[in-house]
Amino acid sequence: MTISSNARAVETAVAAPNERPPRTPLVEGVIRLGWSLVSVGLFVGIWELCWYVGIADPRLLPPPHIFIGDFAQQAKFFNTAQRWAIGVNASAGPTPFEAVAITIASSAMRVFIGLALASVMALVLGVAIRYYWLIEKLTLPTVTLLAPVSPMAWLPLAIFLFGIGNGPAIFMVFIALFFIMVLSTIAQIDTVNRNFIHVARTMGATKRQLYMLVIIPAILPGLLMVLRMNLFGAWMVVLVAEATGVGYGLGQVIMLARNTFNPSLVFFTIAVIGLLGFLCDGALRLVQKRLLYWVPDPKGLLHGL
Amino acid sequence: MDSSAPAVRCRSVGKIWAAGTENAHEALKAIDLDIAAGEFVMLLGPSGCGKSTLLYLIAGLERATSGSLTAFGEPVTDPSPERSLIFQETSLFPWLTIWQNVSFGLRIKGTPPAEQKAVAHRALQRVGLAAAMDKRPFELSGGMRQRVAVARALAMRPKVLLMDEPFAALDVQTRAKMQGFLLDVWRDSGASILFVTHHIDEAVALADRVVVFTARPGRIKEIVPIDVPRPRDLFSPESEKLRLALTDLLRDEVDRAFAEQEGLTSAA
Repeated sequence: MTISSNARAVETAVAAPNERPPRTPLVEGVIRLGWSLVSVGLFVGIWELCWYVGIADPRLLPPPHIFIGDFAQQAKFFNTAQRWAIGVNASAGPTPFEAVAITIASSAMRVFIGLALASVMALVLGVAIRYYWLIEKLTLPTVTLLAPVSPMAWLPLAIFLFGIGNGPAIFMVFIALFFIMVLSTIAQIDTVNRNFIHVARTMGATKRQLYMLVIIPAILPGLLMVLRMNLFGAWMVVLVAEATGVGYGLGQVIMLARNTFNPSLVFFTIAVIGLLGFLCDGALRLVQKRLLYWVPDPKGLLHGL
Repeated sequence: MDSSAPAVRCRSVGKIWAAGTENAHEALKAIDLDIAAGEFVMLLGPSGCGKSTLLYLIAGLERATSGSLTAFGEPVTDPSPERSLIFQETSLFPWLTIWQNVSFGLRIKGTPPAEQKAVAHRALQRVGLAAAMDKRPFELSGGMRQRVAVARALAMRPKVLLMDEPFAALDVQTRAKMQGFLLDVWRDSGASILFVTHHIDEAVALADRVVVFTARPGRIKEIVPIDVPRPRDLFSPESEKLRLALTDLLRDEVDRAFAEQEGLTSAA
């Protein structure tokens, strides 16, 4: 029996039970987006209904058509960078649309730099801890000690060390992810399939080759999953950091909304953050698919039960 | 290396896991065994009798706690590509293509990539999977993956193939096919094979000699030569007699293993 006939046999065997022709990725994407819109639409619909029948007070819980309706009015507040400067009037500076874009870009940049620094350094330290006995003895207890500390506890230190600006926000994202990711790197290394290690050793791999060619590729899928889970954590932390330590950013807008009692602005910013998180997750999922071409799609195991 | 020395020589080899702790347990005791170059030897015994442990010791992945172990006259201290181990579960690296898996050992030695690919192609041809060069492990069936694992071992020109229940996860038909295939590979390569199994049929079908183990701690109970000429008729009276003899030898040990397990549960 040749391989191709074997593969074809498998394909037909798999395709037979549900009878549907396979969908193209584009159609898949549109369907997925459609369901996302339905989900959000349902939530918005209930909210609007509550407003319509008078349960939701528009001064406290303004429904989406109010807080998104006047985009220009909301966007004006995003110009927080200029607001602090003395002698600049409120209408100076970038256009409202530019102000929103700048604010989003600067928050996103802080998240990504913090995330990238934390993942790379956690991978390096996690691998080093398993690679060098002495590094494990010297660092692991401290890492374990610091891992459960809330990032909020680091906030004053972030400001003492980095003052006002991008520094403290990036530091906060870093600190929130770093220790957890070190521990999860170690956990991943410890659960690498033992046969992989036996095979590499039998083939005569040095310790260095074992780590570079086997252990690191083997732990990547798990680490990317951890990264995706922590992406949301990074967005949460960056907001707190910005609210206190940085001149502009989404966290500052929330702070401004709080100080000026502006629920519309709060909800507008929440909507922006939600959308950003959603897009980031999608982007990371795409990276995961590209980078980890060998991991079969786990979805579908529980479908149709 | 002394080519006149046996491929593997065990002299009163013992292994105690977690030696010196309260969890210590003796897996192997006083194993004396010589395996000649080019010989096909089966290790047969109840599960948990330490036959896989012996394979790991010979592979150099674990150290014996007593006795001496040599391969072609040289003490076994570290793993070596000359003694390749093949596992029951798939051990192919999922992130590499089939040919990259097969040439993994050459890549570690620093062989040029073009030669790696050529060697992988030849090895895959020998196991009938040359067409799968650029596929990935998850695209192949269980039997195909085990053939790739054999090709990966062959690419290193091993003198001893250590096989730890390699066909246990395969269905009966595939297993029969794989046994025929393994005999071909064994004849071409001239390597010794040490094969762990708990299937009596498999032992009678393949081996020159069958080493029957006792239950824990594993000791050699008896070594049964299978003097049936190949290709073997598994339904001949001769094969039937051997199967019965092996079944008798094994029965006591399985009973003992069960009694011990029951003792453990009632004590707990």
